[in-house]
Amino acid sequence: MARMKFLCDADRCIECNACVTACKNEHEVPWGINRRRVVTLDDGKPGERSVSMACMHCTDAPCQAVCPVNAFYTTADGVVLHSKDICIGCGYCFYACPFGAPQYPHVGNFGSRGKMDKCTFCAGGPEPDGSIAEYEKYGANRLAEGKLPLCAEMCATKSLLAGDGEIIEEIYKERVAKRGYGSGAWGWKTAYRETVSS
Amino acid sequence: MEALATPLRIVLAALVFLMIAVTEYPAGAQAQSVNPTKSAVSEAQLLQQSRTIRGLGSIPDTKSYTLEQPAGRDWRHFHEVTLRWIGGTAILGMLAVLVIFYLSRGMVRIEAGRSGRTIVRFNAFERFVHWMTAVCFVILALSGLNITFGRPLLLPLMRPESFTAFSEWAKYAHNYLSFPFTLGVVLIFLMWLGSNIPTRVDLEWLKRGGGMIGHDHPPAYRFNAGQKLIYWVVVLGGGAAAVSGYVLIFPFYGTTIETMQQAEMVHSIVAMLFIAAMLAHVYIGTIGMEGAFEAMGSGSVDLNWAKEHHSLWLEKEGVRSRSDPSQPQPTVAPGG
Repeated sequence: MARMKFLCDADRCIECNACVTACKNEHEVPWGINRRRVVTLDDGKPGERSVSMACMHCTDAPCQAVCPVNAFYTTADGVVLHSKDICIGCGYCFYACPFGAPQYPHVGNFGSRGKMDKCTFCAGGPEPDGSIAEYEKYGANRLAEGKLPLCAEMCATKSLLAGDGEIIEEIYKERVAKRGYGSGAWGWKTAYRETVSS
Repeated sequence: MEALATPLRIVLAALVFLMIAVTEYPAGAQAQSVNPTKSAVSEAQLLQQSRTIRGLGSIPDTKSYTLEQPAGRDWRHFHEVTLRWIGGTAILGMLAVLVIFYLSRGMVRIEAGRSGRTIVRFNAFERFVHWMTAVCFVILALSGLNITFGRPLLLPLMRPESFTAFSEWAKYAHNYLSFPFTLGVVLIFLMWLGSNIPTRVDLEWLKRGGGMIGHDHPPAYRFNAGQKLIYWVVVLGGGAAAVSGYVLIFPFYGTTIETMQQAEMVHSIVAMLFIAAMLAHVYIGTIGMEGAFEAMGSGSVDLNWAKEHHSLWLEKEGVRSRSDPSQPQPTVAPGG
């Protein structure tokens, strides 16, 4: 089985936010929730880099570990998914997540959180693949259709890579070798406890 | 001339173009040798400088501008390992101590037996505040413990959906009951502050081991040193739990993920120790001591109980009621 990963080649990202838009549209993500976002570091200075970030689908995911109701599960492809029927919206996964991936709809009084929402690697949830119930809660299940996440598919500069970890790592390494530089696979050390040697 | 001019101009233009190309080429080659990564930000370097990597984004949600915060891994270790050890040790340790204590000492009896005459110890308002705070505390404690220990202990016993339904209600109860609980802690602080300032009498009481550990009855005013300790545990522990709890109940109201992680650590450690302390309080107030529960139950205690445990208070009360003819007159032997 493939181990699915994201890799953002920051030297290619032009901060166009097409990945963000594609994600929101594909999954009909509600207002105020962004499963993916682009963060620009050292904006306007030499060496500025932009990184597209979402749930990294960590190895030994911290969200899954701290969840008090065991709402998370990791698929055979290494994708970290959760059940909105089990989630109680306590916010613990947000404290534990190194990437700020979990999002909560604002419901009720004070900071009351609704059911958590996050990137699914376009792999839906526990409901039957492609069902309406699955779409309403988690958005499209492209993986079940043999397609990769839309954010990466949509990326104009092919900065954002999504797919089998070994393959995207190889693609990135080739690029780095060819152009002679690369600012590394952002988040990999934190998420997968490994880096791409470049 | 006119016929010659056009080809000449083309040749001239070509020459100029060639010259520019030749002179510009080394400069172009130089530009290619500039390493664009030289000044590029690197993840390892940024993580060395600060615990989080933050930049700028283009969506309104500014908290999403934090790219990475690996500290979540540390917090996870605290929540999954450290906290469970602290909580388990404090609570089970206290239960073990209480069981051993009960088995060896048993219920502390009123030595002189019941006199059949009583004196008011806590009025209706005091008892209302106590029980309001106590009921909230029990629900807050159980719903809080569910967050830490529910998954390993309770979830295996029920369907995941049932556990979620229970935990969701527990979460709402935890959030909303925090308000009457905090009110109770504030009222407790104000209404009993005067009787809970440590004095010289407390030192003597502690030296003689108090009414539980020692076998004699050191004098005490309305609250003895042990009760004063419980008072300050409730006021300070309850206060700390309330403040850290409100930080968590209002996420991102002037806080960041990092401060919320710290607030959660303070909240959970204080709560675990608080629960352990309250177990001892409940023990002494029920099966640990004869005649103690009535103080918060009916509000009146037996005169002999008061004589043995709060002699100085009884003296004072006796003086006050003697000067007030509307009160029933307790007979108190001088000197307790």
